[in-house]
Amino acid sequence: MLRNLWRQLTSMRVALVLLFLLALASLPGALLPQWSLNQSKTAQYLLDHPTLGPWLDRLGFFDVFASPWYSAIYLLLFTSLVGCLLPRCWEFAQQLRTPPVAAPRNLARLPHHARVEVTGTPDEVAARIDAGLRGWRRTVRAGGATGAGAASDGRSPGSLVPRSPDSSVTVSAEKGYLREVGNLVFHLSLLGLLLAIAAGRLFGYEGSVILNAGQDLDGNPSVFCSSSPANYDNFRPGLTIDGTDLSPFCVQVDSFHAGYTDLGQAVEFDARVQYQAGDEVFSDVWHPANLQVNDPLRMGGERLYLLGHGFTPQFQVTWPDGTQREYEQTFQPENGDPNFLSSGAVKISDPPGYVGDEVREHQLALVGLFAPTAWLQDGNFLVSVFPEPTDPAVAIQAYRGDLGTEDGTAQSVFTIDTDQVDNGELVELDRANLAIGESMTLDDGTVITFTGFREWVSLQTSYDPAQTWALVFAVLLLIGLMISLVIKRRRVWYRIAVLDDAGSESARPRCVVHVGGLARTDQAGYGEEFDRLAALPDRPVEPGARSGR
Amino acid sequence: MVNEALARWSDLAFEAALAGYVVALACYAIDFAARRGAVPTEAEAASVRIRQAARAGGTTTLEAPGHIGTVQRRTARPMAERFGTAAVVVTVVATAANLLSVLFRGLAVSRLPLANMYEYASAICAIAMVCWLIVLARTKARALGLFVLLPVTILAGVAFSVLYVPAGPVVPALNSYWKWIHVSTVSISSSILLVTGAASVLYLLRSRYERRLVADQRAVTDAAAAPGGGDVFPGSVTSVAADRSLLSRLPSLASLDRIAYRTAIVAFPIYTFALIAGALWAEVAWGRYWGWDPKETCAFVSWVLYAGYLHARATAGWRGRPAAWIAVVGFASIIFNLFFINMVVSGLHSYAGLN
Repeated sequence: MLRNLWRQLTSMRVALVLLFLLALASLPGALLPQWSLNQSKTAQYLLDHPTLGPWLDRLGFFDVFASPWYSAIYLLLFTSLVGCLLPRCWEFAQQLRTPPVAAPRNLARLPHHARVEVTGTPDEVAARIDAGLRGWRRTVRAGGATGAGAASDGRSPGSLVPRSPDSSVTVSAEKGYLREVGNLVFHLSLLGLLLAIAAGRLFGYEGSVILNAGQDLDGNPSVFCSSSPANYDNFRPGLTIDGTDLSPFCVQVDSFHAGYTDLGQAVEFDARVQYQAGDEVFSDVWHPANLQVNDPLRMGGERLYLLGHGFTPQFQVTWPDGTQREYEQTFQPENGDPNFLSSGAVKISDPPGYVGDEVREHQLALVGLFAPTAWLQDGNFLVSVFPEPTDPAVAIQAYRGDLGTEDGTAQSVFTIDTDQVDNGELVELDRANLAIGESMTLDDGTVITFTGFREWVSLQTSYDPAQTWALVFAVLLLIGLMISLVIKRRRVWYRIAVLDDAGSESARPRCVVHVGGLARTDQAGYGEEFDRLAALPDRPVEPGARSGR
Repeated sequence: MVNEALARWSDLAFEAALAGYVVALACYAIDFAARRGAVPTEAEAASVRIRQAARAGGTTTLEAPGHIGTVQRRTARPMAERFGTAAVVVTVVATAANLLSVLFRGLAVSRLPLANMYEYASAICAIAMVCWLIVLARTKARALGLFVLLPVTILAGVAFSVLYVPAGPVVPALNSYWKWIHVSTVSISSSILLVTGAASVLYLLRSRYERRLVADQRAVTDAAAAPGGGDVFPGSVTSVAADRSLLSRLPSLASLDRIAYRTAIVAFPIYTFALIAGALWAEVAWGRYWGWDPKETCAFVSWVLYAGYLHARATAGWRGRPAAWIAVVGFASIIFNLFFINMVVSGLHSYAGLN
């Protein structure tokens, strides 16, 4: 029962079915939004499909490549692969140690066949052929010496019984063993690739962080150090990563530049950074580097990527008591706007001059848009017409009241909690469009000035200790594939018999040679080479002759 | 930055190529249609006989397999012959125009002209046609032309009318030497697989036709068996085949299968290389070599399907029609990846240049 199941699993048919199941099962991963790729889109899909969505989610359709059914398919497939490969490796090792199969009885029935008459004794002719077959695995058999074990080779055509007539000499030769080597290398590399991917999932991690370029309002650079996952805005650890053993590095961004064509298409992103890694961390040693798209910074195993950029508007708030404070906040580029209209919210949760419960009544929020090159559509509606900051402006809506940040629930840094507005805790005040240097005054005399902006970059750290191995196996896979597709495995047999020629007793003996050829792969293309092989018995023996490839 | 004169020449050349493809398509169609009523070639008759013998439970070793593979031109009527020749000539000219268009576009923008779907589709058409001309030169299977030209003309038409974007520079994300390696190999392998796909579709059509033929033949044989039997077999196959269908004018099953397989084993390693190059690029650009982006997932599905095709061709019970179905589904997945994933599903590979 179990044995039968194993045989079924390792059969080619089941492997093929599993292969197609794998392809089919991958499709939802391309067609449905995935948690791992785009959380907001997946959440939106769940909202849009209230009945179907939760079921798909429960069945793992939004995380296909980590779902149990997907794992089941590829694990079964690879089990089947191993079950098929191991016997094949063993079989191939056996084949390398046994001589080529004895000649079938009737060579004329093979796909390639020739008959030639030549001068010489059978042994001489056999020697000539043998010399011409350099590079082939070959064996010469005299008369009745048939390989008894040869018939067990299941791949020779069933009707051909290997048996030689008495007085003849046969030569068997086979070439193209590399094809099987390539085949095995290809499949074993697949296995290696899977292991390398698994190792990456176990021991690797990814983290991303948004960092402002240049100096902050107090004149300090923003430094990011990777000592703890908490320093990242977003951290995706591998299964064995608990965050205690990250190889540390620190980075700060000196400046960021984006180049555009006149039509506003980006042509260049360039962040000038400084970094320190390993023992240099927290020292004064900093290395300058340029970080560009398609050109990451590699520090040992850690890689640092420039993934995105945006703007951080800066505001000055003058409170009614005369206190002045500076604020800045990263704004998020609006989805799909090529001109980088960005949205965000400055939340001031500790207004100066208030104590106790008064604080929660006088928290301030500046919610709005930032346009690098502003244009007021219909005279009032802020849009951006170019991604470069040539004429920046903001459209600000001010709120005062309780931001709702004290109850412990997480809030997006880019928006305010609109529930607080709905329940009246947060009161909507004025709104205004401000260019740099312009101000708005609220009802209580608070003055808000748009003072300028910084640019921010989003950086990603990646660590995957096994990715070199993945590359090694991928290259081996390709080499194995090409070998197995290019090399043809083929066999040739010669049967040499003395020609019964009564009239020529005194002359040199003559032989008749039957040549049969069989290409053991589905791509034949053996014809021309066979013609050359069929000419071998007739060619004179030269020491160091060209080998018949 | 953009050489406008060269860009205009590129557009003109592409329009010429499209016009040429339409004309060639018409010529191939006339050539193909005019073949109606002719006698099948010896090879095709042989393939029919072998299928028939296999059906009847007899041995298939009556004919050497190599014999079926040779495709012979049959004696068609001169007018159709002339259209067939014209089709080949127009194809060559249109392909040359298409290649020039790709070249000019590349020179005009000083980069590899594969940065948006228009340029990509144009390159696919050009390479597929070169591949087709090579296949044509080697196999003389001109009847296949109609079915290669059909998808190519549609693709060129869509590129011209829907996908067209003016010449311009690329976004920084695409500004990498990996683009040369990854995108060019993907387009070359996709183009070759287009020929595989066309040959496999025809294989399925022809094999369906031949199975009907065998059924008809059986009826004829049964009728002939009543008066006294005898060898009615080859002649009646010919007569049934003669006025039955346009499909009798297709290359034989064996040569269709061989064209599909040979193009697939050329394309598959190139496609594999393209995926590896893509993974290397992804490591440089996005921080991971594989991330199940929709495009990556779909490319993986295509790879698995073609791997399945190659295995199926070596597996008893999967050769022939099942394998051809797999090749067709594989090609459908490539087309799906090109259009649906680029234009409907958004992902990291969204460089279609269409808003």
